Amino acid sequence: MELSKKTVVRTLAAVLVVAAISAGAFAVGAFAQAPPVKIGLLATLEGPFAAGGQDGIRGAELAVRQRNGVVAGRKIELVKASSDAKPDVAVNATRKLVEQDKVDIMVGPLSGSEGIAVKEYSKTQPNTTFINGSSGAQATTLVSPSPNFFRFNTDGGQWMVGVGKAALDKGYKKVMVIAEDYAFPYSQVQGFMTEYCKLGGKVPVKAWVPLGGKDYASVIARVPKDVDALAVVLGGADAVNFLNQYEQAGGDKPIIGGSITVSQDILNYKGKRRDSLVGTIAGSPIADAYDAPEFKAFVADYKKNFPDGYPSPSLFALVYYINMKATLDGLDSVKGDLSGGQKKYRDALSKMTLKTPVGDVKLDANRQAIGTTFITEVVKDAQGNLYNKVLRKIDNVNQTLGLPPAEFKVGSRDEPNCP
Amino acid sequence: MSAANWRGAMNVQPRAQGANAAAAPAGAVRAPRPARPRFENPLRLLHLVVLAFLIGYPWFATPFFTYQIGAQSLALGLIALSLTFLGGYGGMISLAQMTVAGIAGYMVAIFGTAATDGVSLGWPWWLAVLIGIALATGAAAFIGWLSVRTEGIYTIMITLAIGVAFYYLVLQNYAVFNGFQGEQKVFPPTLAGIYWRDPMPFYYLALFWALAGYLFVVYLLRSPFGIALQGIRDNPRRMHALGFNVTAHRVTAYAVAGAIAAVGGVLFTWYNGLVTPGSVGTSWLINILIIAVLGGMRHPVGAFLGAIVFVLLQNFAIDVIDRERFNLVIGAVFLVIVLFSQDGLLGWWSALSVRLSTQRGETRWSSARRRLYAR
Repeated sequence: MELSKKTVVRTLAAVLVVAAISAGAFAVGAFAQAPPVKIGLLATLEGPFAAGGQDGIRGAELAVRQRNGVVAGRKIELVKASSDAKPDVAVNATRKLVEQDKVDIMVGPLSGSEGIAVKEYSKTQPNTTFINGSSGAQATTLVSPSPNFFRFNTDGGQWMVGVGKAALDKGYKKVMVIAEDYAFPYSQVQGFMTEYCKLGGKVPVKAWVPLGGKDYASVIARVPKDVDALAVVLGGADAVNFLNQYEQAGGDKPIIGGSITVSQDILNYKGKRRDSLVGTIAGSPIADAYDAPEFKAFVADYKKNFPDGYPSPSLFALVYYINMKATLDGLDSVKGDLSGGQKKYRDALSKMTLKTPVGDVKLDANRQAIGTTFITEVVKDAQGNLYNKVLRKIDNVNQTLGLPPAEFKVGSRDEPNCP
Repeated sequence: MSAANWRGAMNVQPRAQGANAAAAPAGAVRAPRPARPRFENPLRLLHLVVLAFLIGYPWFATPFFTYQIGAQSLALGLIALSLTFLGGYGGMISLAQMTVAGIAGYMVAIFGTAATDGVSLGWPWWLAVLIGIALATGAAAFIGWLSVRTEGIYTIMITLAIGVAFYYLVLQNYAVFNGFQGEQKVFPPTLAGIYWRDPMPFYYLALFWALAGYLFVVYLLRSPFGIALQGIRDNPRRMHALGFNVTAHRVTAYAVAGAIAAVGGVLFTWYNGLVTPGSVGTSWLINILIIAVLGGMRHPVGAFLGAIVFVLLQNFAIDVIDRERFNLVIGAVFLVIVLFSQDGLLGWWSALSVRLSTQRGETRWSSARRRLYAR
């Protein structure tokens, strides 16, 4: 026992010494080159969105690799951190990157509530520029925006613009909403209902379910007989669970999907109801079957760089890619000049027109993206696989969904309302 | 019966002398011995050095290390201290300590000010804090009252059940707890021209309460109540036969631990600036247990040592190893500490001090260990 303890202590000491030496060697190596630009990258590598976070990192890395790791003659040094979709964890991870690792620019986080918390934190760090990851809550940039927080992706509400009209075109005059109970689905439901209610649609019942819920029996029992369709804004496992249980309960209403409801992983689930998903309409910033050459090139590049990734990049990969590309394009346009509290860089970001695989993006006065939304419909190809066909592409969607800012209210459980 | 007599009877002096302890048979209760002076050496050089370091720390540490490492460790350590007190000295492992801390945090947000409209009452901060701590202490006493009749694994199960129930309550209740979003922007007040959430003031605030909690627990353990509690831990039936109300002592221990956890909870809520269902979820309930075990439950200082290691790992493990594998490092360090030391970091510390002393054979450490583990 004594001997083994001694051995353990010695081994630990040896490991520490080796680690210290190698860390020293790294530091020397870094000094030898031109000063690198340090970019912090935060995504959820734990918790409910771990798979999405991993794909988000792939997207961000793709943008770096496309520049061979160099921007404006400076080496790009990515410092990664992880959170688990909780705002306090995201702020702690961000604070470490900004104050301890001293990153110049911060990219992240992934999830809605995290985005609001990181934006609040960014106000206390005026010398660092914060660029969003893929968080899509409206309040992040709409309510008390931060002068150094930029979001080059459209938010959850913008992603659903046009779905209301598409639903009415399909003849759905009355719809029940089933959505998870937090900021991002509020935005999604608002994006859908704002247009839908205005054009005369009715939403008699809204069911808010907890994130990560397993049992939807009580919700399914509340589906009124006379609604024409269900608007289901659930993500990942929640969506699969709901669809399975709805099928088992004998439900036959058509579905209107949220942006992360009818993604590839859900279309490929094995269930009898799978076929009944055909005809499901949804809104999203990404459409797998979009045939513009820029998007096809992006997909090919993703596949080449990440053989272990998804068959097609997910929403998170695209959105992280867009935000990281904006970060680097901005640096390029100011020749890597971050002096003067990064003022020049921020001016460049605010004014630039970003070329993305899904069209051009511009920022509004709150540093929030104005961009493209796709309306998609699930169809079956010749081999029997389901995929999302592009029904309509809407450009220049702004954050207030076309309404004057004074009339626009941030989405919540009760807003908008048209029973 | 006086505390000193009890300590003799239960043989739990702070420091047993080597040869005597070795000669005594290992058993739950040993022959009574004459009482010793209460404080043998209450203040040592080490204490002064540590205190000087803690007070001087923010002057040479970066704001990041002051706030995120220092202050967070102190706040978490205070919550873990409540578990060390309950588990190490009361023999009751409660997984609901973070729940109690969370109740205090929620109450401060609900009675004080938070970003949520219509939920917060907007009362003055000191009133909200007092109400929060009082309600959390009451809730802790209630949890204790529910669980004291159980032992060991059943205590863990019932407190876990209470913790999970509270998690789902705050997750699904919108009228009071604001559901998934929780209470945002719960900040400490600006007082005497100082914003108490700035790194240095907040560090000293946390340090003050951590020291207060630590000294309170150290004092309490030497009081008649603390001695009786340790007696109940070692042999409840005997204590009952001697006329002690075992249930009352245990419930009181829960309430005292609850008050400590509540102070820690208010600090932790201010530290994060928010309290959400995630703050009282299962992962945090277990993290508090990990912190307490990691540091060692033999002495109140273990909770703070564990918290420091825990916070350092949470922050820097990702730099040691890339991407999503960093949880492996955290798990491995926990495993190594728990596998190679019976009593967390404190166990290593004791073993080290024994190594450094020239004494051979029966040592302070081995006798202390026998005293503690041969229950």
